[in-house]
Amino acid sequence: MLTDLEVGLYIFMLATFLGLEIIRRVSPLLHTPLMSLTNAISAIAVVGSILITGAAHASTLTRTLGFIAVTASMTNAVSGYLITDRMLKMFKTRKASKPSVGQASTPAAGLQTREGR
Amino acid sequence: MIDTAVQYIYILSAALFVFSLKWMRSPTTARRGCFAGAVGMLLAIVGTLMRPEVVDYKLIAGAFVIGIIAGVPLAYLMPMTAVPQRTALSHAFGALAAALVGTAEYYRATPHGAVMVALVFETLLGFLTFTGSMMAFGKLQEILPQRPITYRNQNVINLSILGLAVAAGVWLTIQPEQAWLFPIFIGLSLIFGVLLIVPIGGADMPTVIALLNSYAGLSAAAMGFALGNRLLIIAGSLDGSSGLILSIVMCRAMNRSFTNVLFGAFGQVQTTAGGPHEQRTVHSASAEDAAQILDSARSVIIVPGYGLAVAQAQHKLRELYDVLTRRGVDVKFAIHPVAGRMPGHMNVLLAEADIPYDRLFEMDDINGDFAQADVALVIGANDVTNPAARTDKSSPIYGMPILDVDKARTVMVIKRSMSPGFAGIDNPLYYLDKTLMLFGDAKSFVTDLVKELSEVAKAA
Repeated sequence: MLTDLEVGLYIFMLATFLGLEIIRRVSPLLHTPLMSLTNAISAIAVVGSILITGAAHASTLTRTLGFIAVTASMTNAVSGYLITDRMLKMFKTRKASKPSVGQASTPAAGLQTREGR
Repeated sequence: MIDTAVQYIYILSAALFVFSLKWMRSPTTARRGCFAGAVGMLLAIVGTLMRPEVVDYKLIAGAFVIGIIAGVPLAYLMPMTAVPQRTALSHAFGALAAALVGTAEYYRATPHGAVMVALVFETLLGFLTFTGSMMAFGKLQEILPQRPITYRNQNVINLSILGLAVAAGVWLTIQPEQAWLFPIFIGLSLIFGVLLIVPIGGADMPTVIALLNSYAGLSAAAMGFALGNRLLIIAGSLDGSSGLILSIVMCRAMNRSFTNVLFGAFGQVQTTAGGPHEQRTVHSASAEDAAQILDSARSVIIVPGYGLAVAQAQHKLRELYDVLTRRGVDVKFAIHPVAGRMPGHMNVLLAEADIPYDRLFEMDDINGDFAQADVALVIGANDVTNPAARTDKSSPIYGMPILDVDKARTVMVIKRSMSPGFAGIDNPLYYLDKTLMLFGDAKSFVTDLVKELSEVAKAA
């Protein structure tokens, strides 16, 4: 039988290889949102934090540390996903993009043909 | 029964994280990816709350409320130019969480063997990433000086501190009962994080942020080993590998190695390496002249750098793009991988200004096009256009991949003055016969260009 450690090492190895392969294919266009997304995913530390904070018979010290950890990772998760989505919403193609709103100096004709000379 | 259900929820959550990153491949599926990641996180949280070990919900609920109250404004009020700072800050938070969980687990259970090894890794990486990211945040926010701070024997001192921290960690894994040692171990890790970032200059921030991203992920993975939680291992290693790839991309884009970034104190060497340079003549042009040339061009490649964002000229640039496109000019944007303060930053800034992303091209995809371009317009970028990187073996940036701006028929450079860039190196591009220097602030000059071009359009 495999020990917990060995299973863990298998998972770690495979997940790292999988991660490297997937991330290599991410468009460089999206490297900033990618980083804020993986950042939000690393807020998975919230799992450990909850277990520490909510455990029965926890001492004041571990409770306090756990409380800070849950707060920090929750902040990360919430702000991470929201800002990633906010960034991704801004990426538009030519067809989808409209003459920018609120910029009166841009005349309405934003999307005419490129050959229209 | 509940334990089994929780495990399946975790498996689902892990799968969602994998899909989430897979969908980041293209802007068309990326929002779905972000959503999948958020659902994965929600499942992980719900699953954990269901576990029978969790008996006290009061503190957790309080922390959730604070996290949401802090997180929402952090996401919506942050300007896009400040995304690198926010990212550094959130690396710090993530790493702090991992480090504190490690610390709490040590005092709660004092584990032995492999679990203790994992716990030491988690805590070391967590605390050093925490202070390192706070330092990076300070530098990006310009609370701390951007210039690398160096002192004698810096590398020796830094490595000794790291050595001491590792030694303390090893001792703790052998004799976990030595509780007096644990605070010292924490202190050393915290100090090393600070010292690691102190000598790194502003130009290297993209690499450093990516590297810290990787550390934060590895720290979460180590937590997975310490707590025997596979979901943590998977999410942590996905994060770790992402940071690793991004830092490799950044290092390649600057033709430098990891060790060089971390121990090289880039900016320091550069200032002395500029060498004496004789007075050479440059051609300068007014907005009116430049507008005429742009108007008669068929294809224009715009090369934006961080200077553009500093001048807040993205939205004006979008107007320039509009007016040129309407005049039938083919306008593309050439993005160097290190443009901006973090990987991909420039793309976000241009996307925010509503410039369609299918007009943004990566260095390798566009370098061949410069030879056919009538005009290359460089705004707020310097070193990434420096032809010395290709030809001059003595140049400090020799070998760095650059945008082949000098191949275009005409080169225009909007620049405040002739002062050298980040790296402090003179740029021979500016002295070419085909180069026109457009002196002025990026925003006001682009505004002038738009005005001139609109008048040309009216006259026609």
